[in-house]
Amino acid sequence: MTIDLDRCDGCEACVVACRAENNVAPAGPEQAAIGRAVEWMRVERHDEGEFPNVRTRFVPVLCVHCDDAPCVSVCPVSATYEHPEGLNAQIHPRCIGTRACAQACPYTVRYFNWGTPKWDAPLEQTINPDVAVRWKGIMEKCTFCVQRIRRAKDEAREDDRPIADGDVQPACAQACPAEAIVFGDLDDPESAVSQLSKSPRAERPLEELGTGPRVFYLKEGDWRGRVGP
Amino acid sequence: MLLAVIAFGGFQWAHQLKEGLIVAGMNQPVYWGLYLTNYVFFIGISHAGTLISAILRLTDAEWRRPITRAAEAITVIALLMGTSNVLWHLGRPELIYIPMLHPQPLSPLIWDVACISVYLMGSITYLYLPLIPDLALLRDRSPRLRWLYRWLSLGWKGTPKQHKLLERAIGFMAVAIIPIAVSVHTVVSWVFAMTLVPMWHSAIFGPYFVVGAIFSGIAALLIAMAILRKAFHLEPFFRPIHFNNLGLLMLTMACLWLYFTFAEHMTVWYGNEPDEVAVLTSRLSGAFSTPFWTMITCCFVIPLCILSFKRTRTIIGTVIASCTVLIGMWLERFIIVISSASYPRSEFMHDGGLYSPALVEIALTAAQFACFALLYIVFAKLFPLVSIWEIKEGDQTELEAELTGTAEARL
Repeated sequence: MTIDLDRCDGCEACVVACRAENNVAPAGPEQAAIGRAVEWMRVERHDEGEFPNVRTRFVPVLCVHCDDAPCVSVCPVSATYEHPEGLNAQIHPRCIGTRACAQACPYTVRYFNWGTPKWDAPLEQTINPDVAVRWKGIMEKCTFCVQRIRRAKDEAREDDRPIADGDVQPACAQACPAEAIVFGDLDDPESAVSQLSKSPRAERPLEELGTGPRVFYLKEGDWRGRVGP
Repeated sequence: MLLAVIAFGGFQWAHQLKEGLIVAGMNQPVYWGLYLTNYVFFIGISHAGTLISAILRLTDAEWRRPITRAAEAITVIALLMGTSNVLWHLGRPELIYIPMLHPQPLSPLIWDVACISVYLMGSITYLYLPLIPDLALLRDRSPRLRWLYRWLSLGWKGTPKQHKLLERAIGFMAVAIIPIAVSVHTVVSWVFAMTLVPMWHSAIFGPYFVVGAIFSGIAALLIAMAILRKAFHLEPFFRPIHFNNLGLLMLTMACLWLYFTFAEHMTVWYGNEPDEVAVLTSRLSGAFSTPFWTMITCCFVIPLCILSFKRTRTIIGTVIASCTVLIGMWLERFIIVISSASYPRSEFMHDGGLYSPALVEIALTAAQFACFALLYIVFAKLFPLVSIWEIKEGDQTELEAELTGTAEARL
């Protein structure tokens, strides 16, 4: 996945779309204020430069599906594992809630169900039947909308054709009005996401840690506070 | 009163089981809180016994004889208290058996499970073996519970052959338990150090934790000894020399502890890596500065002042120093767990909530300390806290030495 930060205006449509697609329950304002919110996709604000020459950059943050994930190795029961195709998957029924993965994740993108997820009426009618509702005491995180990947694969198999670039769109990419988020197969050198990841503007988050994230951020250099040409 | 505290803790735990960890104070990014602090703290205390008594036994320190049992009992009970924290720490405690059935061997938590089970078994054996001759004594002399002592004493008759076997078994356990004890606290530290989290990812965490564990273990032992001395009138056995010697040992550990703490923080400060420095600043002058400087005072300044001088290294002096050391070491565990967790890599987490423990966590902490005291009292009521046969044996060797001494003098 590539996310073009120069296009992102922080509208958080991706956050809402993700919530609806993946049955992420709202925590409520009080719990959210003390850090109990579950948001597979969240938008962080980065303020750059010094007053008066400042600008804010919005960074959508989600699980980066590391190549060599710190969360995978610390789990005592293999509730999180690396799928051969590159996804980092979470097996909800197996999780016992040690929260070791969340503590080990340098991106802080793993979420714990502190209480039982609740949808106040009539929101419970919006629950997506394709995605399991999680329960209290377990971890959850972004799956790159694995249910959509599955569906696209099934459709491709029915039509007896290989899966094409752009067949799969996670909810966040679909909802983004600025088309900042592009999803695809990084192993396919022709795919849009592969092309974009080779752009000189591309940068992988915390790459120096050696985790090998599969999310690329595209951006021009940092804001140095100069205005004009 | 202890039972009331434990009952309140149990009641709060039931509430947490029903509602989930939402009633505790943890949040994102502080996923680990007071439960894990207590876990590390109690496992540290557990090093009191086994390690101290095993080292003293191996080095044949004569003065150890009256204190080994009291120390070993601390080990077993503290270990039980420490591991019980896993029950309330887990999101789904009903699945606590899963790591045994389906372990993922790369996880430091699995290493922890393995090490601590071995250590628990080992320390129970190590407590039990030297208890056998005393159990036989109780079987013959005790007015009550004879069936229990008969069952536990395994037909001990005190023949020379039995004695020889027992001595060999104890000798073997004393050697075996030392690497096990060291490995346990090293692995506990690796639960933190194996992650990439700022100020957890440190190579000296293993020895740092082991030193801290022995340090707090001695403190716990000194306090227990002082209380037992008064409560059971054991003044002839727990003599000022024991407090003096253990006080000196604790002073050594205090210096070692300060050295490790200094090395740990110095490298971070000099390296000046922004994410690491954020944690360091929070300790030195930020949100965690009060606990941090209290810790330095409690773990080093006060013990140094009291234990350096023979005049203040009395029973009361060592007990005061022990109390501050226990407070300081608990704070150390708290700071290590919470401050690093509170400041994850800044690029991705801006507004993490700061952690403050909730009622359920405080109640369970209090319940654990109460339960520890209660179990220790029960143990002291049921079994002799001073190893009777070892003291007799000590008296005998002393007598023999005296006799040979006088014989040599005559010659």
